[in-house]
Amino acid sequence: MIVALPIAALIWSSRNDGWSGFWNAISAPEAVAALKLTLAVAALVALTNAFAGTLIAWVLVRDDFRGKTVVNGIIDLPFALPTIVAGLLVLALYGPHSPVDVHAAYTRYAIYLVLLFVTLPFVVRTVQPVLYELDTQMEEAARSLGARELTIFRRIVLPSILPGILSGVAMAFARAIGEIGAIVILSGNLPYKTEVASVYVFNLSESGNGTAAAAVAVVLLAISFLVLLAVGGIRRMATRYERA
Amino acid sequence: MSIQVRHVSKHFGNFQALDDVSIDVAGGSLTALLGPSGSGKSTLLRIIAGLEQPDSGEIFLSGEDATASPPQKRGVGFVFQHYAAFKHMTVRDNIAFGLKIRKRPAAEVRARVDELVALVQLQGFADRYPAQLSGGQRQRMALARALAPEPEVLLLDEPFGALDARVRAELRRWLRRLHEETHTTTVFVTHDQEEAMEVADSIVVMNKGRVEQVAGPRELYDSPANEFVMSFVGQANRFGDAWVRPHDLELVLEPNGSTREAQVERVVHLGFEVRCELVRDDGEEFSVQLTRAQATTLELERGQIVYARPVKETVFS
Repeated sequence: MIVALPIAALIWSSRNDGWSGFWNAISAPEAVAALKLTLAVAALVALTNAFAGTLIAWVLVRDDFRGKTVVNGIIDLPFALPTIVAGLLVLALYGPHSPVDVHAAYTRYAIYLVLLFVTLPFVVRTVQPVLYELDTQMEEAARSLGARELTIFRRIVLPSILPGILSGVAMAFARAIGEIGAIVILSGNLPYKTEVASVYVFNLSESGNGTAAAAVAVVLLAISFLVLLAVGGIRRMATRYERA
Repeated sequence: MSIQVRHVSKHFGNFQALDDVSIDVAGGSLTALLGPSGSGKSTLLRIIAGLEQPDSGEIFLSGEDATASPPQKRGVGFVFQHYAAFKHMTVRDNIAFGLKIRKRPAAEVRARVDELVALVQLQGFADRYPAQLSGGQRQRMALARALAPEPEVLLLDEPFGALDARVRAELRRWLRRLHEETHTTTVFVTHDQEEAMEVADSIVVMNKGRVEQVAGPRELYDSPANEFVMSFVGQANRFGDAWVRPHDLELVLEPNGSTREAQVERVVHLGFEVRCELVRDDGEEFSVQLTRAQATTLELERGQIVYARPVKETVFS
């Protein structure tokens, strides 16, 4: 009820102007541009974090180094921070007064960077427990059978942690599609350039066009739902060997 | 392939797992590393396989120094206590792994896998996943996987330790038979002296990171090198400075010069034999092994006073 009722209400209100109104709202050039940008950036962010998150999880589980507990704690920071603070952090680093002289603020690049920051913990935190649980004797067995380290990772480790990576990627992707707080102060929100779908929905709603806002929101909702569904399917396939 | 271990030491933190261990394993032999937990037997096996590096000492395989060579290059098949099955692969793919790594032609891989599936009696299970097999079946699969690339040495780390008694007995006989057919140099680790005696030609008894004795099963039992071997391999009672096996004690109802008085604590019927647990007048407990006929003649029962006389005893200087 908690999840389904608001969704039903949203879908209902998106159809206030009939089917043609719904179609017009989501096929408006500005809406299409915003949706395209959102999907492209979210896909890129999810892909980057699939690699970076897996690598960080690997280092945290398999390597020992000074300050490991501190690093492990910092990973969760994006979860704990209000996302608007994440936006401010990235603005401070890459904005007009950038200490590293990188001026990415108000560009699409800034959206990518801030979403990377916000969604990094998802992959790390889903892969980490799977790596802990992974039977290292499988790797030793492969080694004694003559497999090189790269082959062991590809044929033994990766298939075992893939479901974890996929879960993390799906959550990161869904989050990247919906994120607004971290982006709104950083991207400049220029229509057709740096305006993402969530900000577009927010603007529509603010300017009294609630029906159009609901229509675009329904599209976002449908995309998130499809991604979760697809990943669930891949997960089931990747773990079919566990069901006896 | 013969194995020589020379002056190998290994510690983990403060724990000395191996302390200057040297052993020789003859090519084609079937050897057991026997000892209590923490005796270093698994560590020694893992060092021979290259899965662990010694702090000092050398490993020679077929006379060549292999101390620095990685596990991939040692031509060693390894079987783990908990199978280490590749969970995401079918039985067929598990067994084929070592062959595919070596880029053998597909037809050859298929033929060899079929042969091994038959050898370990897993026909009809080849397309299942490990999760769909019993423990005994998983371990047979792991054996077939280790044997597939035709290793010159087969190393098994407590291979039957996680299985129930009936399956364990069956796999022991099977391993013995396999060795008689292939004559692959085989070393297995066990803490079960009965398993070591039943399967191995040669037994290396280990304790606290050292080798206590290397001998055949019979010699080990009849002429143990020291008190540890005496008490670890088979049952033994202590009578002052001497050690006596439970079957080397005679119980009589009347005392004479060389008997010790004792009270019967418990009489255990184990099918063809009877074990009698007793307490000596000085409070020490010991046990005696009798035939059913002897037990019946003596009419043993709890609380009864009897007299024990050693027939054969061993004294270590």
